[in-house]
Amino acid sequence: MKVEQISIFIENKSGRLAEVTRILGESGVNIRALSLADTSDFGILRLIVNDREKAQLVLKEKGFTVSKTEVVAVEVPDHPGGLSRILQTLDRDGINVEYMYAFVERCGENAVIIFRFDETDRAITTLVGDGFIVLEGERLYAM
Amino acid sequence: MSYYNEEFETLPRPALEALQLKRLQATVARVYASVPFYRQAFEKAGITPDSIKSLDDLQRLPFTLKQDMRDSYPYGLFAVPMEDIVRIHASSGTTGKPTVVGYTKKDITVWAELMARCFVAAGVHKGDIIHNAYGYGLFTGGLGAHYGAEALGASVIPMSGGNTKKQIMIMKDFGSTVLTCTPSYSLFMAEEAKEESVDFRELKLHVGIFGAEPWSEAMRAEIEEKLNLCAIDIYGLSEIMGPGVAIECREAKKGLHIWEDHFIAEIINPETGQVLPEGERGELVITTITKEGIPLIRYRTRDITSITYEPCVCGRSHARISRMTGRSDDMLIIRGVNVFPSQIESILMQIEGVEPHYLLIVDRKDNLDTLEVQVEVDERLFSDEIKVLQALAHRIEKEIKDMLGVTCKVRLVEPQTIARSEGKAKRVIDNRKLA
Repeated sequence: MKVEQISIFIENKSGRLAEVTRILGESGVNIRALSLADTSDFGILRLIVNDREKAQLVLKEKGFTVSKTEVVAVEVPDHPGGLSRILQTLDRDGINVEYMYAFVERCGENAVIIFRFDETDRAITTLVGDGFIVLEGERLYAM
Repeated sequence: MSYYNEEFETLPRPALEALQLKRLQATVARVYASVPFYRQAFEKAGITPDSIKSLDDLQRLPFTLKQDMRDSYPYGLFAVPMEDIVRIHASSGTTGKPTVVGYTKKDITVWAELMARCFVAAGVHKGDIIHNAYGYGLFTGGLGAHYGAEALGASVIPMSGGNTKKQIMIMKDFGSTVLTCTPSYSLFMAEEAKEESVDFRELKLHVGIFGAEPWSEAMRAEIEEKLNLCAIDIYGLSEIMGPGVAIECREAKKGLHIWEDHFIAEIINPETGQVLPEGERGELVITTITKEGIPLIRYRTRDITSITYEPCVCGRSHARISRMTGRSDDMLIIRGVNVFPSQIESILMQIEGVEPHYLLIVDRKDNLDTLEVQVEVDERLFSDEIKVLQALAHRIEKEIKDMLGVTCKVRLVEPQTIARSEGKAKRVIDNRKLA
């Protein structure tokens, strides 16, 4: 029920993001979702891609620092209050969201949100228990 | 001409050298008898106190390195029982352990006299108000200048460093006539004064005595213009005594007179250890010949200079060393604090248990030294969370501040951004224009 995200360290200077996307593009890796968190000095690019192994390999070859992180993809009903319900559920059980970002594609009628939790397994149990749909990684990579 | 101790400051060279020999012989005999480190070193070199027949015999004695002081931490090189030590100072060391020095009552008196001589050479008199902005504490700067000022009979304001606005207010309100601090801090004060709308031309300062870090003639011109005073270069190091080992005279401002009745200076080739002739540039080596607490034989200062014995217009017979132009090791002086790249390296190693690639970038912005530590983020350090990486950077900054007393900015950079030459990374880029 977990999704593998790759995270890449990039310095906050021009051309670095372009370099990462160029390397992935030339290797035929497709980016499914992304989020960029940045400070004045550096940023962390987080990606869901169709081919994690390959993405990690080609980026490392080019000298980037890359790591894999387990995240959770949750379907969010596409109507007002949809996301709020999920967050209330998590809050009730005292689960922290480290960060989150939206998936580009929709899953049928629903939007997909990627969550990074401090306690991934407990978060999944809570969400599933409350009837939310947590997507399998394989389904997501191929979306 | 005015002197603090005319007899000794103008002692004709033959008499000065005879005095040096007598004092050197006494020092060698004393350390041989009371410091096991020196007894062993002398025995290894086949030397006994009787071996010193002339000043040239000094060259037969082994060198003392900063490492020897570290190995003897804290009191191993002291030549007197602790009950005779009245003061302890220390300077930062590469392992986080400082280099410790001890002074007897007589050492403090001699230091005060030599510092008073420096004040007079710089044109300071009884009646002057000395604004002493060197740091007070383990660092020798503050107390060294303070005791010299009192020995001279001048009024001393024990400001210590920091709180620049207050410094400027006091300089103005108290009518300070002499400023003692690091050269970079004086320029920082000038900027701060501008913001406070205080004009240095309206202050009573007529001379500034600047040291504890290397500076240039260009910086002197800038200081003299901005602070409207005569800027004098002073030299010293805690291992030998502290401030007051050598000073420029106001008359010539060309080379620093080193007090040869208390120290013997040699210039050596740092590679071979051979003594170089007058005028040639090399590493300054100092032997203390009156110190009781911690006499040092041929201490390698790592400072690069040259020496001249030419008579000076000021009438002092003591040799002059030129402005320091660099170091024969990789020590950096950042805001007056000694920093070795290896210290930063060991701090980084302690933090993650591994040695990351790093680069130190030293610069001078708004007349203050800045240190940026670039650390390559490899997989061991990386996290997908911003807060973890920021905490890492702050932790390194704090450790460096705590261990070395120097404020720095840690910048996390991508791997392979730091240039490597022959497999070994270049560790320091010093962008300060000092020479």
